[in-house]
Amino acid sequence: MWCGASNSCFPNPELPRLPPAPARPNQARRRRARNRGQEGDQNPKPSSSLPPPQPSPLAMESLGVLLTYPMDSYLEEELGKRCKLFRLWETPPEKRQEFLRVNAASIRAVVGSTAVGADAETIDALPALEIVASFSVGLDKVDLAKCRERGIRVTNTPDVLTDDVADLAIGLAIATMRRIPEADRYVRNGAWKSKGDYKLSSKFSGKTVGIIGLGRIGLAIAKRAEAFGCLISYFSRSEKPQTNYKYYSSVIDLASNCHVLIVACALTEETRHIVDREVIDALGPNGVLVNIGRGPHVDEPELVAALLEGRLGGAGLDVFEHEPHVPEQLFGLENVVLVPHVGSSTWETCKAMADLVLGNLEAHVTNKPLLTPVL
Amino acid sequence: MSVENHTAETPAGERELPLVLLLPPLFPHFHVALTHKFRFLKPWESPLPREEFLAAHACAVRALLCSGPTPVDAELLACLPRLELVVASSAGVNHIDVAACRRRGIAITNAGNAFTDDVADYAVALLIDVLHKISASDRYVRRGLWPIKGDHPLGRKLGGKRVGVIGLGSIGSAVARRLEAFGCTILYHSRRKKPSVSHQFFSNVTDLAAESDVLVTTCTLTAETHHIIDREVMLALGKDGIIINVGRGALVDEKELVRCLMEGEIGGAGLDVFENEPVVPQELLHMDNVVLTHHQAVFTPESFHGLLEVVMGNLEAFFSNRPLPTPVSE
Repeated sequence: MWCGASNSCFPNPELPRLPPAPARPNQARRRRARNRGQEGDQNPKPSSSLPPPQPSPLAMESLGVLLTYPMDSYLEEELGKRCKLFRLWETPPEKRQEFLRVNAASIRAVVGSTAVGADAETIDALPALEIVASFSVGLDKVDLAKCRERGIRVTNTPDVLTDDVADLAIGLAIATMRRIPEADRYVRNGAWKSKGDYKLSSKFSGKTVGIIGLGRIGLAIAKRAEAFGCLISYFSRSEKPQTNYKYYSSVIDLASNCHVLIVACALTEETRHIVDREVIDALGPNGVLVNIGRGPHVDEPELVAALLEGRLGGAGLDVFEHEPHVPEQLFGLENVVLVPHVGSSTWETCKAMADLVLGNLEAHVTNKPLLTPVL
Repeated sequence: MSVENHTAETPAGERELPLVLLLPPLFPHFHVALTHKFRFLKPWESPLPREEFLAAHACAVRALLCSGPTPVDAELLACLPRLELVVASSAGVNHIDVAACRRRGIAITNAGNAFTDDVADYAVALLIDVLHKISASDRYVRRGLWPIKGDHPLGRKLGGKRVGVIGLGSIGSAVARRLEAFGCTILYHSRRKKPSVSHQFFSNVTDLAAESDVLVTTCTLTAETHHIIDREVMLALGKDGIIINVGRGALVDEKELVRCLMEGEIGGAGLDVFENEPVVPQELLHMDNVVLTHHQAVFTPESFHGLLEVVMGNLEAFFSNRPLPTPVSE
């Protein structure tokens, strides 16, 4: 699952800062009519004296949706019940292009995830594509430029997952610093033999927390860390004067001056490997890195080397460069916590994300304003 | 060992350092700081049985430092006729016969607020771990299961949960303050309602449990609070309920807890303490909805440093006849 603010300090320079361009209703309506096998282009535009079209179950029923990955069983079930559902992963990879070609005329929507999105190749294979509704807030797996070019709408799932991801960031920080999973392993291995058995670990309260990216999720992390008496500092492309937090205009300066560094920005070309060797060294042997952004935010081989050599104090990681593969050299380390991209993986949040995806698709087919459009 | 070294005929605070009976173990970090200022009587270094040693050497001892959970019971107190102060190195004093001390006019001091932040942090982290399955999914990753079995089972959201705090002292309040920032609603039980607190008060723990999604035990262990979380409370908490214990093992009926977890009567638990440490019920070791730690909540350099300051402060105040900084009031 995902995490990361979409309108963070690193807006993709290609992303419009104005509201997204409106859909082209005539084109969309002609396509829908064609798909329903009706009169098509000959249908006159309804005059203003007629009542607005009512949402019709037929609208969703005739919507061909390509689901890229079995990301959520409730979502899959609902899409299966309400739409014409195509499950991409059920076709072996070598037959996928053929699968897309055969069904291209039917597929008007793609529901993607952080694992499999909508890249240029997929979009090119789907001439009838009207909307990409991502089951994530991060859109690094959606080719936004291509969508803009084709007039394809794009929606994501902001806000509903902010709390969970911020909670996890703090949970990972404390778990790493206080060595909680390690203690749990110790007990389960039967190693606790005497009452006075203890090891000192790092206190979390009162430490300086540095946040890369002060969007929705970054701000939510800051609010939580403040309740622990932490001092908050941040890096973003521009200063946020409405907060009282200390701003650094370089990530290295931020890392040099904080104890816990948390990555919470969107992944773009600019932020790839934003945590590199220099930043890791600046964070140092007593510093802890928490990544709830995207794996490619961090130079993973450098991170592994730094941890193995003791140049970095610890790391709490929810994301990795090549999920689901995690560098095995980390498996034996006590000062890391490794979780499998669980940032928004709670029942409550997944349901809310799925409902947003369904709501956006419903709005699209009934010509209503999209709930959470990005394009 | 010559007897002269161990009698305290000379007045405290003059040439000789004040004499303090020490019950082991003394944290290594404390040794240097404290041995500059106090002379320690160390019964375990003597071949004599403890009672004989104390009879021979401790009749004038006025202060006792228990630097671990070694019990200070009526039997021990009877060997120390001049004892006026027991300095505990923990927040909890359940290992001390408080009633016997009161009868004999012996003051007790504890760790004060030295541990508050660290224990509160640990309680919050245990709760997030249980809900988000941090330790469980860390195990999953390290066993190489992510590429093979796919995504780990879903967790549950912390925001919006109702957290019932049992014991709203300094640690309980610190837990509440933190969890409010995560969007939790705080409810509490304590001996008496606190008029300055706006959270909803419950005089009965079962009622508190019925209105809570999570119970956190941050109260002291006494005869009244022994098994304060019993089967009735657990059933009231319900099938999705979570118990976090950073107090003392015996605050929770451990056998019942295991049974309720096995039967699915409660949803999960984060436990830093157990009734019979270091023994942990075997059944818990195989569950993914529990997080188990070996009484580690206070072990940071900062807590130790804070504790050392408190211990030293109490001993120095006592031997200079000043008010004690962290007396245990009841």
